[in-house]
Amino acid sequence: MSPLTRKLFRDLWRIKAQAVAIAMVIAMGVLMQVMMTGLVTSLDETRQAYYDRYRLADIFAYVTRAPEPIVADLRQIPGVAQVETRIMGSALVDVPGVDAPLQAQAVSLPDFGDPRLNDLYLTDGRKLDGTRPDEILLLKGFGDAHGLQVGDTLAATMNGARRTFDIVGLVQSPEFLYTIAPGEFVSDDSRFAVIWAARSTLAAAYDLDGAFNEALMSITRGTDPAAVMDAADRILDRYGGRGAYGVADLISNRFITEEIGGLSRTSGSVPLVFLAVAAFLLNIVITRMVQSEREEIGLMKAFGYSNWQVGGHYFELILTIAAGGALLGCVLGIAAGRGMVDLYLNYFKFPFLVFRLDPSAFVIGVTASILSASAGGLFVLRKVFALSPAVAMRPAAPPDYSRSGRFGAAAARFMDQPTRMVLRRFTRQPFRMGGSVVGIAAGLALSTAMSSLLANFEYMVDVSFNAIDRSDVTVTFTHPLERRTLFELERIPGVIEVEPVRDVAAILGRGVKTYRGGISGLGVDSRLYRALDANERPVFMRSDGIILSTGLASILGASAGDILTVDVREGRQPVVDLPVVAVSQSLVGAPAYMEIEALNRALGEPLRVSGAYLRIDADQSSQIYNALKDRPNVAGVSLKSDARDALVKLVDEGPGNMRYVMALIAGIITFGVVYNAARIAQAERSRDLASLRVIGFTKAEVGFVLLGEIGIVTLLALPLGSGLGYLLTFVVAAAFSTELYQILPIVNPANYGTAILIVIVASALSAWLVKRDIDRTELVLALKTRE
Amino acid sequence: MIQGMAMTETAYSVQKLRKIYGEGEAAVHALRGVDLDIPKGEFVVLLGPSGSGKSTLLNILGGLDRGTDGDVRFMQHDLAAMSDAELTRYRRDHVGFVFQFYNLMPSLTARENVELVTEIASDPMDPDEALDLVGLDHRSDHFPAQMSGGEQQRVAIARAIAKRPTVLFCDEPTGALDSTTGRAVLRVLKDVNERLGSTVLVVTHAASQAAMADRVVHFADGDVREVIVNETKSTPDEIEW
Ligand SMILES: Nc1ncnc2c1ncn2[C@@H]1O[C@H](COP(=O)(O)OP(=O)(O)OP(=O)(O)O)[C@@H](O)[C@H]1O
Ligand SMILES: [Mg+2]
Repeated sequence: MSPLTRKLFRDLWRIKAQAVAIAMVIAMGVLMQVMMTGLVTSLDETRQAYYDRYRLADIFAYVTRAPEPIVADLRQIPGVAQVETRIMGSALVDVPGVDAPLQAQAVSLPDFGDPRLNDLYLTDGRKLDGTRPDEILLLKGFGDAHGLQVGDTLAATMNGARRTFDIVGLVQSPEFLYTIAPGEFVSDDSRFAVIWAARSTLAAAYDLDGAFNEALMSITRGTDPAAVMDAADRILDRYGGRGAYGVADLISNRFITEEIGGLSRTSGSVPLVFLAVAAFLLNIVITRMVQSEREEIGLMKAFGYSNWQVGGHYFELILTIAAGGALLGCVLGIAAGRGMVDLYLNYFKFPFLVFRLDPSAFVIGVTASILSASAGGLFVLRKVFALSPAVAMRPAAPPDYSRSGRFGAAAARFMDQPTRMVLRRFTRQPFRMGGSVVGIAAGLALSTAMSSLLANFEYMVDVSFNAIDRSDVTVTFTHPLERRTLFELERIPGVIEVEPVRDVAAILGRGVKTYRGGISGLGVDSRLYRALDANERPVFMRSDGIILSTGLASILGASAGDILTVDVREGRQPVVDLPVVAVSQSLVGAPAYMEIEALNRALGEPLRVSGAYLRIDADQSSQIYNALKDRPNVAGVSLKSDARDALVKLVDEGPGNMRYVMALIAGIITFGVVYNAARIAQAERSRDLASLRVIGFTKAEVGFVLLGEIGIVTLLALPLGSGLGYLLTFVVAAAFSTELYQILPIVNPANYGTAILIVIVASALSAWLVKRDIDRTELVLALKTRE
Repeated sequence: MIQGMAMTETAYSVQKLRKIYGEGEAAVHALRGVDLDIPKGEFVVLLGPSGSGKSTLLNILGGLDRGTDGDVRFMQHDLAAMSDAELTRYRRDHVGFVFQFYNLMPSLTARENVELVTEIASDPMDPDEALDLVGLDHRSDHFPAQMSGGEQQRVAIARAIAKRPTVLFCDEPTGALDSTTGRAVLRVLKDVNERLGSTVLVVTHAASQAAMADRVVHFADGDVREVIVNETKSTPDEIEW
């Protein structure tokens, strides 16, 4: 081994604590990169594999009622590989111990044999026996939520008739990875059931003998789905076709796509921020290290080592740390990715797992760290090149404190020597001190942004359920009813207030951008459910046009004054052009609103409501649920408290966990930054401090010189870091926002407080570690050699 | 390598060499027009008060620094005209240094400090042999921090002679040594001078050491005051301490 290589290893060992801190920071950036891209790839591939293996249809088409022989026509469409027809119906199920009736979807399976499309994954029990009409399969998520098992019975109301079924099997389905009840925006396993029954059973229940109300199609590779959908629409139009849609618009799939998309966007931006902080830190540390080794550098040059040889030596040091960090990050990233993938798989209820690490994540992560380290290396090279070997002949020139002389004279009367030593360092070496300040500020910014992210979810829940939706119960009807039905709801004892809502499914379009969603019709001054602006002030409903939520406005690229094409997907299915009159703040989902009667007029269905918002007396809730359950035409009753719990659960248990991972990483990085700054300060001053001790200063006084410096650096970093954190919050909010929920760049004092607390704790801990080191230092050794 | 004792050839020829540190009012005139010839293969002692510019001159002759103006030639080569890369080559191939402040690498052991030089030299000694010459073969695995000032200085000397330099610059090589080790070090320098034919330049405050030199240069206030050529030289053992 050459002496330089040995020096490299010894130097690494000497600065091991610092090297580890830097490597950790780099590792965290790489960890994020590897973990998140690995997650995205794994989820994507698992989803695809699941869809393929269980033959999920490519195209779905609802009709009111179509005779079975039409299937032959559908098969004729060029590019169609398989066609399956089935019967879908809405149902209400009674679960023991639950007052409110729960919404359910009934899906038919062929009486004999497996379905050609949309097969099921049986987790417990057996398949249906076509000869027994009372058997059903139940979605496992719902069964688990209510402790329902194979052998139990389940009472369901279908088309007004109530009957009891035997559960013979629990299943998972690629079509219902993410279930969501009509009128709600958050998935909750316990509040929406899917049951599968024999075709003949459901045909009897829904009056669809010899007919179907949904067609499923798969297409051959390379076929344009839009063309097939058009052809299917032409065939199904006269049977009440509601327009075929592709798997991309399947609700369950759409939610997963959004989740994965959000994750993918986050993985494209957040790790880079982390890596940038790490790179910056590495630069500060290495530049300073070169400064402190100027003597050695001059010496090597004096012996005839070339600039490149000397520079290369320090470059190797940088790269060793960077590569070590990157490697560690890869390993940790794999572990963290595996953990998170498990979590997500559970959450999405994939029956199996395709764990795939994206090799490009490693390449990007490692390259980014090496590159950023090399950028730091360039500064180092420049410094090495600029150093004249003559300096090796003399001990490091004492820093010139003469410039701070005037300041010193003026302040001298008020300050003792150690205080002056602390302050002069700032006037004398503003750039070094500035580097530390910026480094710690960057850590603070990261923590601020992450803590704001954590707070944001709480804010979202708060606004959604306390400001936007102020009702207690949402009732959904099976189909639009006459408005006077609401009077009957008002008469139920305990119901305090009833407000109408008309939800219409529609495809909203502007130019080539379209969104399959809906419009909610509300009363002009609706109080139980409101649209709010950015300042949480109500936006009143208008008759002359649509109010878009911010989420939808950004999807469509629309703003007030634009005209939208609204392709209504129910009833008589009119296509109308409506202007956008305002944009409201939305945090969850991508809703659109309009004054209810104006909406009804546009649909040609005056005085209709599809549901109602209720405010009730909490003491009588149980009687109210029972009264609602017994009413005809009620498709669903959802309690706000349940919906709220579901949202909280969603962000806390599912992907929301990512927030904590990130907050933890931000904390580690912040600590790494602060600790480094403290170590550097110690390294640069160890000789001074030892000299002070020798001439009779106490340990406490000496400690003050160093800790005072760390303290002032930290104090200066606080305002700067808060400012940077404010900016970073916007970046992170944009990266985390999805179609499902918008993250606002909220920066409140509490977030700053948390972040500042993290920094101060990190500072105090670092200071303590460093101080402990100073106390242990042998004076003689410190004087003899440089640290 | 340059062998032989041809006293007539000049190793260094210096003319009107000036070195000014800093600018304006703060300017320090470290060298004020030095004229000096140093014949090849001689043992030269440089004497002078502190701050008179001895180290500065050594730096420039050794290719570590450049003069502000004036002419410096090493065997007909103009040092002032050399590029940085050429100066590096020059140092690597010809020059050995013993610095005033030892300047050992704290993270390398004694032997490794010597290897640092032998590794890039064209015809070096064995590092252990060099350490043996300064009487430190038994300390070769110790780090600088584990050695006394005198021992560190001897390691620095071993490091300088290990490459068999054409010229050897020593800035107060015996400053921290007692008479016994000091004499031993002087013997080594003399040995290098006589056996390898290296030109040796020694800066010292001890005027008595001038007795063993071929040539004594008296320095004061940034200039050469007097050059004395010794007709007879004493051996290191005869030097008073
Ligand atoms: N880098 C520098 N910047 C400014 N002045 C310098 C610098 N290096 C040396 N000097 C000044 O140049 C003059 C000559 O310094 P030099 O180190 O050559 O003296 P010296 O003869 O070696 O002294 P000593 O015997 O104390 O080592 C001194 O006045 C010194 O202050
Ligand atoms: Mg000197």
